Amino acid sequence: MTCCIVLLLAAPYAQAQLHAALEHEDEPRNEQPEPSPPADTTMPAMDHSAMHEDHAAAMTDRAASDHLAPPPPQHAMGAMSAAQMVDVMGMDDNARFGLFTLDRFERVKTQDRYATAWSAEGWLGYDVDKLWFKSEGRYTQGALDDADVQSLWSHAVAPHWDTQLGLRRDVGRGPDRTWAAFGVQGLAPYWFELAVTAYVGQQNRTALRVESSYEVLLTQRLIVQSRFELNAYGKSDPALGIGSGVSDAEFGVRLRYEIRREFAPYVGVEWHRRFGSSADLVRLNSIDSDDERVFDTQIVAGLRLWF
Amino acid sequence: MNAFLAGAPAGVTRRRFVQGLAIGGMAAGLGWRGHAIAQTPLRRAVLDGTQFDLDIGAATVNFTGTPRAATVVNGQLPAPLLRWRQGDTVTLRVRNALRERSSIHWHGIVLPADMDGVPGLSFMGIAPGDSYTYRFTVNQAGTYWYHSHSRFQEQVGLYGPIVIEPRGGERFRAERDYVVLLSDWTDTDPEHIYATLKKHSDYYNLAKPTALDFLRDASASGVHAALAERRMWNRMRMNPSDLSDVSGLVYTYLMNGHPPAANWSGSFARGDKVRLRFINGSSMSFFDVRVPGLKLRVVAHDGQDIEPVSVDEFRLGTAETCDVIVEPDADRAYAIFAQAMDRSGYACGTLTPRAGLVADVPALEPRALLSMRDMMGSTDAMAGMDHASMGGVDHGAMAGMAHAGAMQGATVAPTHARAEFGPGVDMRVDTPRSNLDDPGVGLRDNGRRVLTYADLHSITVPISADTQRTIELHLTGHMERYIWSFNGRKFSDAEPLRLRHGERVRFVLINDTMMTHPIHLHGMWSELEAADGSFQVRKHTIVVQPAQKISYRVSADALGRWAYHCHLLYHMEAGMFREVTVA
Repeated sequence: MTCCIVLLLAAPYAQAQLHAALEHEDEPRNEQPEPSPPADTTMPAMDHSAMHEDHAAAMTDRAASDHLAPPPPQHAMGAMSAAQMVDVMGMDDNARFGLFTLDRFERVKTQDRYATAWSAEGWLGYDVDKLWFKSEGRYTQGALDDADVQSLWSHAVAPHWDTQLGLRRDVGRGPDRTWAAFGVQGLAPYWFELAVTAYVGQQNRTALRVESSYEVLLTQRLIVQSRFELNAYGKSDPALGIGSGVSDAEFGVRLRYEIRREFAPYVGVEWHRRFGSSADLVRLNSIDSDDERVFDTQIVAGLRLWF
Repeated sequence: MNAFLAGAPAGVTRRRFVQGLAIGGMAAGLGWRGHAIAQTPLRRAVLDGTQFDLDIGAATVNFTGTPRAATVVNGQLPAPLLRWRQGDTVTLRVRNALRERSSIHWHGIVLPADMDGVPGLSFMGIAPGDSYTYRFTVNQAGTYWYHSHSRFQEQVGLYGPIVIEPRGGERFRAERDYVVLLSDWTDTDPEHIYATLKKHSDYYNLAKPTALDFLRDASASGVHAALAERRMWNRMRMNPSDLSDVSGLVYTYLMNGHPPAANWSGSFARGDKVRLRFINGSSMSFFDVRVPGLKLRVVAHDGQDIEPVSVDEFRLGTAETCDVIVEPDADRAYAIFAQAMDRSGYACGTLTPRAGLVADVPALEPRALLSMRDMMGSTDAMAGMDHASMGGVDHGAMAGMAHAGAMQGATVAPTHARAEFGPGVDMRVDTPRSNLDDPGVGLRDNGRRVLTYADLHSITVPISADTQRTIELHLTGHMERYIWSFNGRKFSDAEPLRLRHGERVRFVLINDTMMTHPIHLHGMWSELEAADGSFQVRKHTIVVQPAQKISYRVSADALGRWAYHCHLLYHMEAGMFREVTVA
């Protein structure tokens, strides 16, 4: 019997396949004439009668249908604009939403000083197109150390990936820099958040930033977030202590407790390392003779919140 | 009843109105339940006859200790039970005292398109302060319900039961007859819930797999198996615990408007046959219902008579109805227990021979995780899969599949619409299963006899003896982005499905998501078929399980524009909606 059922099913679907291959639009391709509708049996092919109590009466003689078609409407609805439909139906599947996330807002303890650091991002927009905003930076001893702000048009191109196009502005100690930014951001397999952004600035400057984060739930509210960030530059920028090549990398682990999903204090550790010529420049410029600015282990405590 | 009216027309002060409603939501919070056990159930809340006046208004309710605004009918939540008689022409004057547009849709009722109550398709909706008169002849019998079809009004209380008495009297004699309307109340503004789902769709999921779960699994079945079990899900960026988008984190589950603490009660005398008309009037919840100690004799589904079948438990999808007859034969109270599919909460009540008796409420069962068959569908596909990644898969589910003999239909991979390959769709199923005898995640092999669609057999022949063409639609979505659609297209991007008047169409639905979707076609019956194409049962709402292929016949005998959508409210809002035109 299984064979028969499979055959019955297979025939119409093989047709559907063929039909679909010929169609270019996705909607009409679903409709195909049915060459040989399976004759209806009032007796289901599988034996269920054993499960039914009133088994004598079951299914052998179904009563006539009591269904009556309804009369036509007296007032037919005309066409409306999409905007009118949204208003009248109270249904908008392309509504605008926004999210602001202060992912890190923390006090940082380095070997001999304290700093305040942040990383924030947010978006405003629709399912496919959004305006993104990102900012991260650090404030030390009453002055802005370094910070950047990015504004990006984000466009969903694949189920888990968006392209991003926009501007980045670096401010803080030393001269400001402005960059054109383009990148991809999304969710990689195994739940890694990943963003790779390339930048082109004035005087043929180029830069690349790779950011990734991964979360492990210890419980539903106690969560370990690890993050990684790497920056590379196409040419050195001595005024900012940046050498060409991979300049610095950060790896941090933060343990947060979500008092509410939107509000979570955390503690963590972050390792910050400068590489190559960037490290050399820091050594050269550093008043301190130690390697603190080249490799640094930092203790952090802060808040994560979103709304 | 006028004292309970909200809004201006009755001239009642808001304060008095709130106090008046103490019998409803406020009393519920205090555990006062004197009115519910009255000999005539829902005495004040039953409207009978052919002329009905329904006033939609605002009310303050208190189910949790926090007063909240609700949208109600005649001051009641749930809205009054409407009792109609088959063959009668009913007239329902609906006034809208809200400050926003409103509407009432009569769910499952066959009627002219302009009486269906869907703003934008049937009519313009009911403007604030305005009214609309619905008039239609009722040619069917059974248990149905009505609800708002405007924005999130259904979530905040605008839903009520309909019972239509058959012209020739009930098919089965019952001494007691109770409506058991299940719903999900939230103190949170539904606009906020929807926005939250758009930002973080897993917000309400409090059972995500944790590292501690992993350690537990690893020590029980080995590190390799525990890793293998997670590998597939994590690679797919899917969450096996995603059973319900909105959970008990913000829902208080109600039975006839009573939270569990208030314990809705219905009375019986020993030896009585008690008919329980279950209605899932929730916005986003599936309920697994049982009455421990009693067999449930299912006699109707979605208002339609079926060959009776006795079970221990049934899952009721959002918008479905199910009539059961129970015969309590002991002098004790019985719990009516309806746990949410994700086990994050429950609604419950009591059947009792005497006022004051309270039955033991069963414990919530552990939450089940989705299994590979919910992602892949057919076993054939599983045989072809990398066995290394299968090592740790829920063996209970595997065993369940082995004996699910009717699992077939994956011989030809379905074709996915081009839009399904866009950014709005996060998975596609190439090997859907088409068996109906799977009770669904969380109910498989639980030791109880659980109702499945394979058990449902209409007592009448189908309206459509055959079909002339097939329309295949895939249920699609993207959990992270919280986009829901048919064939990868949201309502706003899609053309209506056009049916010719009088044609008989087979709808084939393939669920390309990990969620269970209750799909409701307005205006026309959905006549479910078994996997072999034979007629099974006539329904108004068809639940499609993850990775399942299901087919049903539709006789396009109702002229006009009709709604066709997932009855999970936020899925509908997010785009899982189509217009069906019959011309």
